Amino acid sequence: MDTYSILREFADSLGLLSLFVIFLGVIVWVWRPGSRKAHEEAAASIFRNDTKPAGEGKSPDGRVKEA
Amino acid sequence: MWDYLKLVVLGVVAVSAAIAANYARDLAYMVNAMTIMLAAGITFLVVLRGMDEPKKINTGEYMDGVIRAGVIATTFWGVVGFLVGVVIASQLAFPQLNFEFLQGYGNFGRLRPLHTSAVIFAFGGNALIMSAFYVVQRTSAVRLFGGNLAWFTFWGYQLFIVLAATGYVLGATQGKEYAEPVWYVDIWLTIVWVSFLVVFAGTLMHRKEPHIYVANWFYLSMILTVAMLHLVNNLAVPVSIFGSAQVQLFSGVQDAMTQWWYGHNAVGFFLTAGFLGMMYYFVPKQAERPVFSYKLSIIHFWALIFLYIWAGPHHLHYTALPDWAATLGMVFSVVLWMPSWGGMINGLMTLSGAWDKLRTDPIIRMMVVSIGFYGMSTFEGPMMSIKAVNSLSHYTDWTIGHVHSGALGWNGMITFGVLYFLTPRLWNRERLYSLTLVSWHFWLATIGIVLYASSMWVTGIMEGLMWREVDANGFLVNAFADTVAAKFPMYVVRALGGGLYLTGGLIMAYNLWMTVRAQPAKAAVNANNAVPAE
Repeated sequence: MDTYSILREFADSLGLLSLFVIFLGVIVWVWRPGSRKAHEEAAASIFRNDTKPAGEGKSPDGRVKEA
Repeated sequence: MWDYLKLVVLGVVAVSAAIAANYARDLAYMVNAMTIMLAAGITFLVVLRGMDEPKKINTGEYMDGVIRAGVIATTFWGVVGFLVGVVIASQLAFPQLNFEFLQGYGNFGRLRPLHTSAVIFAFGGNALIMSAFYVVQRTSAVRLFGGNLAWFTFWGYQLFIVLAATGYVLGATQGKEYAEPVWYVDIWLTIVWVSFLVVFAGTLMHRKEPHIYVANWFYLSMILTVAMLHLVNNLAVPVSIFGSAQVQLFSGVQDAMTQWWYGHNAVGFFLTAGFLGMMYYFVPKQAERPVFSYKLSIIHFWALIFLYIWAGPHHLHYTALPDWAATLGMVFSVVLWMPSWGGMINGLMTLSGAWDKLRTDPIIRMMVVSIGFYGMSTFEGPMMSIKAVNSLSHYTDWTIGHVHSGALGWNGMITFGVLYFLTPRLWNRERLYSLTLVSWHFWLATIGIVLYASSMWVTGIMEGLMWREVDANGFLVNAFADTVAAKFPMYVVRALGGGLYLTGGLIMAYNLWMTVRAQPAKAAVNANNAVPAE
């Protein structure tokens, strides 16, 4: 078979299937149990570290420890 | 040591550019070569003068200088791009404005790519780069990676804009829509874009936040996809190393398909994904509440990534492109409607519980209207990609109206919102100079878009119907010139709408200028840059 036909056959079989399965996997992953807390945490992350980078004296999640 | 190497490279570039200018086969190439020589010379002097200064990177503060420069560049190129747009809109309405003494430089054909590139790549591109630098630092809680590489990205991108713009006016183009820059400008953009990727990805890798905030996903997908599109669509062999002409690697329908795969994904990733990155950061920040649904934002992201890349063939309905490919493009375009509206709902619902801000805060109003236009144009786009609709709309002004409701409404308005958000923060000012002027800008821009889009709908549909009208014997009723004559009133309204939008842009530039000039700085204790770095 020529290159076109090989690619075409792959595109409308395994290629399509694998992309679709990956996408479904993303949806399942997003709604995995226990994800809500992680997502709320991520959504709120933009409200810290506004004026300067997290320094050495900070916890890994970026919030300032009281000195 | 490193500085000596820089000087050697810059010196070699300057001398090579001078030699190239001497051997130039066309005017555009010569002017571009002299521009490069000048840029390399100036950079040489800057590096030379900075040789003795101690180099230290203050990791205790964000690198905001390059973002300030980006805010200025975005505003400047925005006004320039809108101005050229108004000029060419007026030239379409009144062809006398294609002055005889400007033929070959300032006529519609030369200025049109200048307008599209100025608004998309100069205004939009600078907005993307500067906002990406702002967002990635704040959400990663680290200073930009790579030291002065961010400055190289900024100035390199400005050089790209100047090379492309002067080239267009002097006739250097490869004739691909939104990919007009010639081969050496393409190579230069590739280098600049890779440095942008290194700065952005490097900052992400050194982040101190455990999670990569979703806005950064959109920005990163924009950077990566644009790199891929740019490389494939610009595969060409220069005719001479001393000339601006080149021969495309692809030809015929393959070339057309590659071009619109590029063209539509430039819309999808440059003007959509990148600007959604802005939406997901700046709308929650301005509304002071987290995004409506973080889960939805992840689905929005992956759905766009999986779908957008297939939509290009809808630009080639009823052409030599195989029917199955056109149908594929149409189907994916229609499916794309859903994630787009998911994203729109996510952006709008971020305001739920804070809708009163719409009344009091003109910046949030600007952002909300921009999301509204995102929703409108992502509905209109899928509709126009349907073959039956496309047979009416294609090649008419409806397409131009569609593009502008997306570009003026969505990209323009969200960028204005971001500029108003950033300027007081970056220059450490109490607040904007005038909220009244923001309101003026808002209404001028909104009315301008409405005039623009509605006149283009009317003229586009009228033109499409006139083209397909046949008499009882099957002969076409209208000549092409009849449609041109019939469109005159709508062209005047369009130019008027563009004029209002430009006026709004000028008001914004004045307001931002006065914010920096006339507003008192905040007390130094609260200042971004005055905090000691420990």
